[in-house]
Amino acid sequence: MQLTGAEIVIRCLQEEKVDHVFGYPGGSVLFIYDELFKQDQIKHVLVRHEQAAVHAADAYSRSSQKIGVCLVTSGPGVTNAVTGIATAYMDSVPMVVLTGQVPTAYIGQDAFQEADTVGITRPCVKHNFLVKDVKDLAATIKKAFFLAKTGRPGPVLVDIPKDITNHKCEFVYPKTIAMRSYNPVVKGHAGQIKKAVQLLLDAKRPMLYTGGGVILSDAAEKLTKLTRMLGFPITQTLMGLGAYPGTDGQHLGMLGMHGTYEANMAMQHCDVLLAIGARFDDRVIGSPAHFGQVPRKIIHVDIDPSSISKRVKVDVPIVGNVPDVLDELIKQLEAAEAKPDAKSLAAWWKEIDGWRGRNSLKYKQGKELIMPQYVVEKLYEVTGGDAIVCSDVGQHQMWAAQYYKFDKPRRWINSGGLGTMGFGLPAAMGARFANPKATVACVTGEGSIQMNIQELSTAKQFRLPIKIICLNNGYLGMVRQWQEMFHGNRYSESYVDALPDFVKLAEAYGHVGMRIDKPGDVEAALKEAFVKHKNELVFLDFRTDPTANVFPMVAAGKGLSEMILAEEL
Amino acid sequence: MRHIISILIENESGALSRVSGLFSARGYNIESLTVAPTEDASLSRMTIVSVGSDDVIEQITKQLNKLIDIVKVVDLSEAAHIERELMLVKVRATGKDREEMKRVADIFRGRIIDVTESTYVIELTGNTGKLDAFLGAIDASLILETVRTGVCGIGRGDRILKV
Repeated sequence: MQLTGAEIVIRCLQEEKVDHVFGYPGGSVLFIYDELFKQDQIKHVLVRHEQAAVHAADAYSRSSQKIGVCLVTSGPGVTNAVTGIATAYMDSVPMVVLTGQVPTAYIGQDAFQEADTVGITRPCVKHNFLVKDVKDLAATIKKAFFLAKTGRPGPVLVDIPKDITNHKCEFVYPKTIAMRSYNPVVKGHAGQIKKAVQLLLDAKRPMLYTGGGVILSDAAEKLTKLTRMLGFPITQTLMGLGAYPGTDGQHLGMLGMHGTYEANMAMQHCDVLLAIGARFDDRVIGSPAHFGQVPRKIIHVDIDPSSISKRVKVDVPIVGNVPDVLDELIKQLEAAEAKPDAKSLAAWWKEIDGWRGRNSLKYKQGKELIMPQYVVEKLYEVTGGDAIVCSDVGQHQMWAAQYYKFDKPRRWINSGGLGTMGFGLPAAMGARFANPKATVACVTGEGSIQMNIQELSTAKQFRLPIKIICLNNGYLGMVRQWQEMFHGNRYSESYVDALPDFVKLAEAYGHVGMRIDKPGDVEAALKEAFVKHKNELVFLDFRTDPTANVFPMVAAGKGLSEMILAEEL
Repeated sequence: MRHIISILIENESGALSRVSGLFSARGYNIESLTVAPTEDASLSRMTIVSVGSDDVIEQITKQLNKLIDIVKVVDLSEAAHIERELMLVKVRATGKDREEMKRVADIFRGRIIDVTESTYVIELTGNTGKLDAFLGAIDASLILETVRTGVCGIGRGDRILKV
């Protein structure tokens, strides 16, 4: 049967079992919206700004094993979406972005709402397509889903001119896709894995360091099995939290710029490092030169060869899909006659326990000012550690990562790579759509929340009972912290003046607003929000100590063992 | 180190900008870039000359391989290969310079392919060094215009880059 391009778009999404599309209509996508209107299999979520549509689709992916889809119009629809696309790209999140384009004949004529979408988004997508013939439409969308989820995942964009959505052709949805130019490696090289096993068994001070790749590839269980089998200490990156249980004794906490003392010291002083689905980025290992001062053998498992030996030289590279490589590692370890060196390992753990004894996350909660760390700890208690926590970007993000112990994957949703303020609230919406029964909290600050505050309206429309935990210190806190530490206390433009009354603002949108000023009221307020107002969105405006800083801290360009600890100030 | 990277890429619109965009976004250097379709019109062959440390060149080849449209990437300079560049030079050729220019062009196995009363256009092929040497051998004040294609290269013997 002949279908129009718009009908084909919808049929393709149905074939891909897409149940939610996050979007915003406009001239170039009117035919597609008309077809959306005529069906009820796919639910459309109307956001209030295209950036939010992309973040919501992104978090929909991150918090489930499905692929988030968003739909925006040409020109400003696309440019508004770019921040969201770049956010997903930096964190390797599978996503399909459908964009309208001006009619084919108008392209290049500076038409109304025309933008070079393929050109603008090229550096921040895994791949993008401009569909020039309706006959290519179905296969292109199929390719987009295929590319988004295979190999190193990422956002894929399909730009569809308006006339194409109105042209007709026979609809055939390809069952499979083969591309001669795209064949990601899955299985790791068995010989390399054998070398890795040997190194692990010979290690005196071994360490596991894992990242977002473990979560993206759904390898959490296998990672946990391997780690317990080895008995080695493990640290996880900001993106990797939750793959291995955060409450387990083998877990040293997050590492990096704001990692725990024990995680960073162990990372620096280990003799064999097994890195899995992590990429040694600047916020994780600090200065590569300083990191390289200590000799250690590095085994690096990653699906993306370009992540290996990019910032640090790797001894045993293993390119492959993390779960497949973990399977093989476990198999070979089980078959090996040798076992990890128990004596050395005990000595290593003793050293680590010494570092742990520094208790680098301790802070003092007084009677007057609320400490932000305290709010996160109470949030953890009140939600039983079982919420999906979506965060914005800044100090509150680090505190959430440090003090909320994630025991399961896909519960901690944050913009780690791009560091996009304004991510939290739309992400919480996407997470809730993907997990309609889950408790969803958005940990944010008064700076970040205002970057997509308009989504309070979307949350009302769809009755999303998100709990917004706003750690309001009246400053762009992370900027303020750097200015205090590195710019002679000159707080250039980091004070947020003329803040709205968030309680009234929440109420204006039809939600519940609460303001909390005293430490003694924190727990009760959280309980009221999560229990009494279970089914409502609650905006909790916590007025926190404006001078609180995130510690430990590795200053930019410094080495991992050169931490600044709270107690030293 | 100077490297010659050969690429087979799907012959689709925008393919060139994906490659050039990658180089500019990641701060890699391009000395020259040539591209044209192969005997199989669905594929283009691209030759890029770049300068960088071994680590940088390794990253360049890995990043190129990551581009979805790229079918194959080979660092030609890793083994025996041939490289050639074409140059057209327009020179002033009057009086005694006319004869001298012809003589130097002959020495370099260049061909004069356009002649007017006062100018020649000389065609030269060779590796980059040879073309540079020719420009050094003639009187610089007589050069009116030069145009070079950039390097294209191919492996020697059994080294074949094909799908």
